[in-house]
Amino acid sequence: MIDTLRLTAEEATRLLQDKELSSAELWGAYQTAISERDPELHCYLHVCEDDGVEGVPIAIKDVIGTKGIPTTAGSKILEGYVPVYDATVIQRCKAQGLRVLGKTNTDEFAMGSSTENSAFGPTKNPWDPTRVPGGSGGGSAAAVAAGLAPWALGSDTGGSIKQPAALCGNVGLRPTYGTVSRYGAIAFASSLDQIGPVARNVRDCALLYSIIAGRDPCDSTTVELPSAVTLPEGEDLTGLRVGVPREFNDHEAIEPGVREAVQRAIELCRGLGAEVGDCSLPHSVEYGMPCYYLIAPAEASSNLARYDGVRFGYRSPNGRDRLEMYERTRDEGFGEEPKRRIMVGTYALSAGYYDAYYGQAQKVRTVLAREHAQAFERFDVLISPTSPTVAFELGARTASPLAMYLSDLLTIPSCMAGLPGLNVPCGLSEGLPVGLQLIGPQFSEAVLFRVGFALETAIGFDPVPTRLR
Amino acid sequence: MANIDRDQLLHVARLARLELREEEVERLGAQLNDILAAVSKVSELDLSDVPPTSHPLDVVNVWAEDEPRPSLPVEEALANAPEREGSYFKVPPGGEAPPKSTPGGTA
Repeated sequence: MIDTLRLTAEEATRLLQDKELSSAELWGAYQTAISERDPELHCYLHVCEDDGVEGVPIAIKDVIGTKGIPTTAGSKILEGYVPVYDATVIQRCKAQGLRVLGKTNTDEFAMGSSTENSAFGPTKNPWDPTRVPGGSGGGSAAAVAAGLAPWALGSDTGGSIKQPAALCGNVGLRPTYGTVSRYGAIAFASSLDQIGPVARNVRDCALLYSIIAGRDPCDSTTVELPSAVTLPEGEDLTGLRVGVPREFNDHEAIEPGVREAVQRAIELCRGLGAEVGDCSLPHSVEYGMPCYYLIAPAEASSNLARYDGVRFGYRSPNGRDRLEMYERTRDEGFGEEPKRRIMVGTYALSAGYYDAYYGQAQKVRTVLAREHAQAFERFDVLISPTSPTVAFELGARTASPLAMYLSDLLTIPSCMAGLPGLNVPCGLSEGLPVGLQLIGPQFSEAVLFRVGFALETAIGFDPVPTRLR
Repeated sequence: MANIDRDQLLHVARLARLELREEEVERLGAQLNDILAAVSKVSELDLSDVPPTSHPLDVVNVWAEDEPRPSLPVEEALANAPEREGSYFKVPPGGEAPPKSTPGGTA
């Protein structure tokens, strides 16, 4: 009997290699779990048929192109679109013997913090289905948490891997910008987007990262990793310097239960031998959000210009000429959030406003990068809550775009600086998962995995949702 | 700094090739003003001496060899076409009026 709620990818790989399990049995176990729990949770937009290929299944966020498998980016404007090529990360997964189990739900074009912006309906949090799983990658995080996939790929622009991982109680890595190819991924904001692993534990996360990372000739923004990825072992943090940035840990938006759980984990770092100290990044939290919500929409307005009904996706039948076709296709095909962001971005880039908005935001971005770099002169890793709150109720923030944007308050700043971040579950508050984020300098994934693994072992968080045990 | 009026809103929509319905114009207009007011916060900082960041990673001149490689066959390239004719994507004719733009603005 395969317990998909508890099986790790590492263990699944071993069982297949030792022939204790067949690929068909493994696939079947996930299909059964999906048929049991996904009608309620709606993690998947598409579940694949068993093609008889050997290997460990993986769920893929629906912003990543998969050859022959529908890819919608959570949008009606791509309904029916079937990519004719695999994204580089998919090619690499397949080369390592992974098989695409299905495509997971996402906020439309990865824009959102709750997966409620999906044109195909929201995903429910497996810990409490009246609540959101986070976003934009809520489908992937919920699928892993609910035992509907051993692991998954997500994408992170402003926190879309880390925040759902926090709300669903699993481990998610936003990699150093440039370490994972974006070729074949549906672009939102090209200087921010990164594909990354979502897993049940830190070792699985590191394993999946090692499979997808590395320079890709098809993506000129990628670089070689300075050293190979190794899986973490050991719980000793002697010699490690952990920074606690005041602005990220003491912010008024952070719920007391979240704050306490993260504080306990920080104390645990001390207990494991780390040197823990305070630091300050004076502008990063306060100016991170406005900076992001200028740069990301600006880049999105450019990236989403290709959805015009010409070569793929939805085409409006209501256009009397080509211009009307473009305009109506886009108005009918895009949901509210993409339209909002396209409008903000277009305005910020338009003549007369460029310098004050986009130009200024690019300078703020430099300030954020410098503040983080300064902190890393004294510390190896920074720690804070990932999300200010635990999972909120469906519908609680949909009336106000700005209220929704605040979900990303703590994840955004390091994204602007191109830095990696790992979410590790550290406890419960009101019965719901709390996640802490570990932020490191560029290419410091090994440190993040080391600290994450040590904390995970010491905390002993059970990633299986209470109601599913 | 913000406070985008109806004409500006429609102009931005036209630049973005979005034909907004009337109720969208009102709702989006209000939301846009809220968002722009919030993001205008970036102008509080005096950053005259700070260089802009376009790219988080210091990568310079990533060249590729000028060698032909396999590309998408025509049938695959057209596989998702809403309408095609032969080896062409088919689209409605004309109608591409120049947008009403400010001097120096890009269409």
